[in-house]
Amino acid sequence: MLFGIEWDTADNWTFAWSILPILLRGMVVTIQATLLGFLVAAVLGLVLAGLKSVRLRWIAWPARAFTEFLRDTPLLVQLFFLYYVLPEYGLVLPAFMTGALALGVQYSAYTSEVYRAGLESITHGQTEAARALDLSPLRTFGVIVLPQALPRIIPALGNYLVSIMKDVPVLSVVSILEMLNVARIIGDRSFNYMVPLTMVGALYLVLTLVASAGVRYLDERLPKRGIPLR
Amino acid sequence: MEWLDYARPLLLGARVTIELTLYSTLLGAVFSFAFGIGRLSGHRPLRWLSIALIEVFRGTSLLVQLFWLFFALPVAGDLLGVDLRLSPVVAGTLALSLNIGAYGAEVVRGAIQAVPATQHEAAKALDFTPRQILWRIAVPQAVPEMMPSFGNLAIQNLKDTALVSLIGLGDLAFQAERIRNFTQDSVSVYTVLLLMYFGMALVLAAIMRLLERRAGRWRARGT
Repeated sequence: MLFGIEWDTADNWTFAWSILPILLRGMVVTIQATLLGFLVAAVLGLVLAGLKSVRLRWIAWPARAFTEFLRDTPLLVQLFFLYYVLPEYGLVLPAFMTGALALGVQYSAYTSEVYRAGLESITHGQTEAARALDLSPLRTFGVIVLPQALPRIIPALGNYLVSIMKDVPVLSVVSILEMLNVARIIGDRSFNYMVPLTMVGALYLVLTLVASAGVRYLDERLPKRGIPLR
Repeated sequence: MEWLDYARPLLLGARVTIELTLYSTLLGAVFSFAFGIGRLSGHRPLRWLSIALIEVFRGTSLLVQLFWLFFALPVAGDLLGVDLRLSPVVAGTLALSLNIGAYGAEVVRGAIQAVPATQHEAAKALDFTPRQILWRIAVPQAVPEMMPSFGNLAIQNLKDTALVSLIGLGDLAFQAERIRNFTQDSVSVYTVLLLMYFGMALVLAAIMRLLERRAGRWRARGT
């Protein structure tokens, strides 16, 4: 029994059917962690991208090194680091928040590159033309550069959303009850690991196929020439 | 903290991590070519099998695959009457290499498809067999295009090896976790651990860049 839901081990199919509602509870946590992690990655990535593009070397260089460091170290270790080290400095977060933060921090290294590549893909001619028309640097960025960069940035961010979703099971090590952890607990108690783990695999396949289809749909529907911002 | 006492287990763990990265990257490269070329094959069952494997291993979480191979496969084997119990090393290597192989397959496919059609036509005009066209014309020209992506995948693989500590394999992350449980000095242990992974990643990146440059000489010149 888990979350007050009993299971029936008569045979594999009834077992699978009876644990489905429990796994779906775990799936809700998986999706929540994905969305929160993505939010952190999207915001922190933007900050890192901004810092890396600053013309001052003593700001840009550490930002670049930090991004490289985040990208080259395992999520698991970053998670342990945040989980055990933050409380020592008086910052005690719930495990779920720490987990989502770790996901976001790891992926901010990737999203910062997405922003950078997206913004750099807008040619200098565009900025020069805007400046020649006497638009302020801020207006040039907001009205000329960003609207054209967004159709490239959004699908790439979407792909990282799918990647984050696939990394959520790592959070089970800090006892977050996401889908894989739920399946393991069911396995521990019913002595049948095959059915719950196979179901988690199948449910993941459904999740990623739906999410990838969503990203593709978005990619096709976004106006290629730019999203007007007002 | 007595660092010298802890250097030994950490180095032992690092060795396991390096070996695991090496084996699973090499096996992953084999899977990349097998699935990637299989996906382009004219033989329909082979193509579908490759697509199915790529989708399954790309579409699910690595940790789920690892746990499935380690905990569920023996049970599935029992039902079929075969012994499919895998040791942590085998399960770890297999999960890592299948996962990285599925991502690599898309790289291989993309690079082979990017070889200009004129190359195929010219080879066909010279009476090359399809096999010769693949291995002597398409693949050598495609490999330089694959190398940057393979470099990224190799780093990804190094990072992913940390997950095998969760099925009890004594890699770097596992040893560090043991030391932390013993000393309770989280800050030092995890800082050193992060730096060790970072160092290994930098070395691996340098090796992959070297390989990339070596492969660059196969790049078609002129045209």
